[in-house]
Amino acid sequence: MSFDLSLIATSLPKILQGLGLTLNLLAVSTLFGLILAVGILLMRLSRRSWLVWPAKAYIYFFRGTPLLVQLFVIYHGLPQFGFIRQSVLWPLLREPYWCSVIALSLNTAAYVSEILRGGVLGVDKGFVEAGKALGLSKFQRTTRITAPLAVRLALPAYSNEIVSMLKSTALASTVTLMEMTGVARTIVADTFAPYEIFIAATIIYLVLVWIIQTGFTLIETYANRHVRKT
Amino acid sequence: MADIIVLEKMNKFYGTYHALKDVNLTIAKGEKVVVCGPSGSGKSTMIRCINRLEEHDGGRIVVGGEELTDDEKKIDLVRREVGMVFQSFNLFPHMTVLENLTLAPRLVRKMATVEAEAIAMKYLTRVRIPDQAHKYPSQLSGGQQQRVAIARALCMNPEVMLFDEPTSALDPEMISEVLDVMTDLAREGMTMVCVTHEMGFARSVADRIVFMDQGEIVEVSTPAEFFAAPKSERARTFLGQILAH
Repeated sequence: MSFDLSLIATSLPKILQGLGLTLNLLAVSTLFGLILAVGILLMRLSRRSWLVWPAKAYIYFFRGTPLLVQLFVIYHGLPQFGFIRQSVLWPLLREPYWCSVIALSLNTAAYVSEILRGGVLGVDKGFVEAGKALGLSKFQRTTRITAPLAVRLALPAYSNEIVSMLKSTALASTVTLMEMTGVARTIVADTFAPYEIFIAATIIYLVLVWIIQTGFTLIETYANRHVRKT
Repeated sequence: MADIIVLEKMNKFYGTYHALKDVNLTIAKGEKVVVCGPSGSGKSTMIRCINRLEEHDGGRIVVGGEELTDDEKKIDLVRREVGMVFQSFNLFPHMTVLENLTLAPRLVRKMATVEAEAIAMKYLTRVRIPDQAHKYPSQLSGGQQQRVAIARALCMNPEVMLFDEPTSALDPEMISEVLDVMTDLAREGMTMVCVTHEMGFARSVADRIVFMDQGEIVEVSTPAEFFAAPKSERARTFLGQILAH
């Protein structure tokens, strides 16, 4: 088997044509996922069991099944039901893009809500008590004390989740989307050179992960500026 | 003088553990009360019930005329008028000293930032660290942090100050700077309830000493009586232990 370096070089710009969609899937799913995660977190931390129970079930389900299976259920499974095809959601569920966004968002929401819960549980009870003693309301204590401290504690795990999400966007190629992995697979089908093409894709993913990691390091440094000593 | 804190037959349980047993105590406006006793005697639990950081399970607590019940509004009203200083300072680590001090006046008293900052600087000057206003708590020594915590409570202009072992987490050389601030505060007429093992402070500042053991108030005396001739055997044993060295 021969190894063609120039093939890597020529395939890089082609794969980069999928970069926009990869980043789009990542950004949109991360945003929806985060919003959903905060809602699930609030339910999970509630004292009312009828709110806690569905949140736990949700987290268990989405962490307990493979993302690929979730994506297939949404893309291939749901359209088999007539009422889905008749529903107002059909214009979305018929699109592989939206199926991918929905699967990625629902999945990441389960993980992120647990990451944030870890942050909340890590906040020293003493700070909340100090807030109570000063007469701050529950809402004020949550927004001014618990949330900012919990987010700081959750940042390292959250950056991990974003990296994981970037790699998960590759699964969208299985439902026909031409993000980077989808483009790479098409080129492989034309050239029969999987080695070089996927190495090219790997290089791009590694560069993206490096950017994400560096970005989060900067954010963490800024968020923890109060920890530094004089 | 008007009674600002009234505890009537107050009881507190942790599960089946009886932490406070029929505690009765009345504190008048302007009074300085030091609470002491062996560890596990219920001192901290008692003062934490006064601003409802702990819920009592029986009896009555009335603070500034408001009885503490499940009514959140009343709890907030009471907490506004009762300042508290903790053993572990509990300054908000993500805020500067100035932000720590202005947070509650701005949010709870709806004060303008400029006004809240002016008050904050006044109290920082009183606890002798105005130059630290823009630092973060982690950049200060323990003694400085505890003085900031006292200033933070004072910014709400409370009727009563509760101190829960304010010097127990401090290195020995920092204890006096905190006690000096507390002594100043006492001289200015603040109503104070202090859980502390600092018997020198108790002797010089307290109007009354409350001695607790095993969840009960065993005796209430003036410092002169308490140190010269404790009424109870348990207090004598306790004093023997802490004054032995």
